[in-house]
Amino acid sequence: MNCIVIDDEDTARAIVGHLVDNHPNIELLDSFNSAINAIKYLNEHSVDLVFLDIHMPMFTGFDFIRTIKNPPKIILTTSDKNFALEAFEYECIVDYFMKPITQQRFDKGVEKAIATQKDTAATFDSPVPDEAIDDLYVNIDRRLVKIDIPSINLVQAKGDYIFLKTADKNYMVHSTLKKIEDKLPQDAFLKVHRSYVINTRKIIDIEDNSVLIGKDVIPVSRSNRAELLRRLHCL
Amino acid sequence: MNEIPNLTYITKLSNGNKSFEKSLLNIIKKELPREVEAYQLHLHDGDFIKIAEDVHKINHKIKILGLEKGCKIAEKYRMGLSEKSLKLKTDFEGILTSMLLFIERV
Repeated sequence: MNCIVIDDEDTARAIVGHLVDNHPNIELLDSFNSAINAIKYLNEHSVDLVFLDIHMPMFTGFDFIRTIKNPPKIILTTSDKNFALEAFEYECIVDYFMKPITQQRFDKGVEKAIATQKDTAATFDSPVPDEAIDDLYVNIDRRLVKIDIPSINLVQAKGDYIFLKTADKNYMVHSTLKKIEDKLPQDAFLKVHRSYVINTRKIIDIEDNSVLIGKDVIPVSRSNRAELLRRLHCL
Repeated sequence: MNEIPNLTYITKLSNGNKSFEKSLLNIIKKELPREVEAYQLHLHDGDFIKIAEDVHKINHKIKILGLEKGCKIAEKYRMGLSEKSLKLKTDFEGILTSMLLFIERV
């Protein structure tokens, strides 16, 4: 089983790191002093277990849990027992460690997490149907902003950023077209050009090698045109 | 009688790993003064929410250094701060002083 640690306190991260080192069945992948940085990591890596501090400035442990769609197993680490009740409202939370954590208590919690790992794996193996995912969180100015996927008209690559255009708002996000393409439902979104992914349901018309979405004329490369036409319900 | 900070927790946690003990103490030596500084700054600003957060964070180190009574004082102080009370300020700051002196010497 692999894990990450999220805690804004250096001392706490060092302690959990040491406890992990002393456990034969768990491997530490990385440590984060902020939950936002950890979310970025989780988007790109498969993580089995998160040791998560609740009290963190700006973005708390509970904010973290509420933000991620399919959270891995989580063990909360806190100095405050008052959160215990709220903690167990979340199915992903397998245990609740009071700081400072002892090796004995740590081992017990990890064994509990390992015992539930099979269930977690099963959850991850079952793909969530595209239609079930209706929103996407993007990192803008250190905030995770929720975007309603069906409202997205198009995504344009702009250097190290992507320009995300919805029906009523535009967003500049530090990411790649490939990454967002992987997150969007394939039945609605299509890469029509090396710099554009469009929502095919928002197409107004198609002319030669371009499509009109809202007021934007989007180029369609020759290689993608056939797939685009195949997707459309043409008479 | 005032409690004296100790290394009981750290020693037990390290299970004889002296290198870890040293490394953890070095982290505490760097982090605790920063946290105390933040506490003092927020106290100066009269930002009770931030002061309470600082006290909460420092309380972890109070526990790590084995100050059981100190931990209870810090918790009561933090609860008082939510009502803008500084009643246990002197007691809490006495704990901070003893911790800072202790980590300087170990």
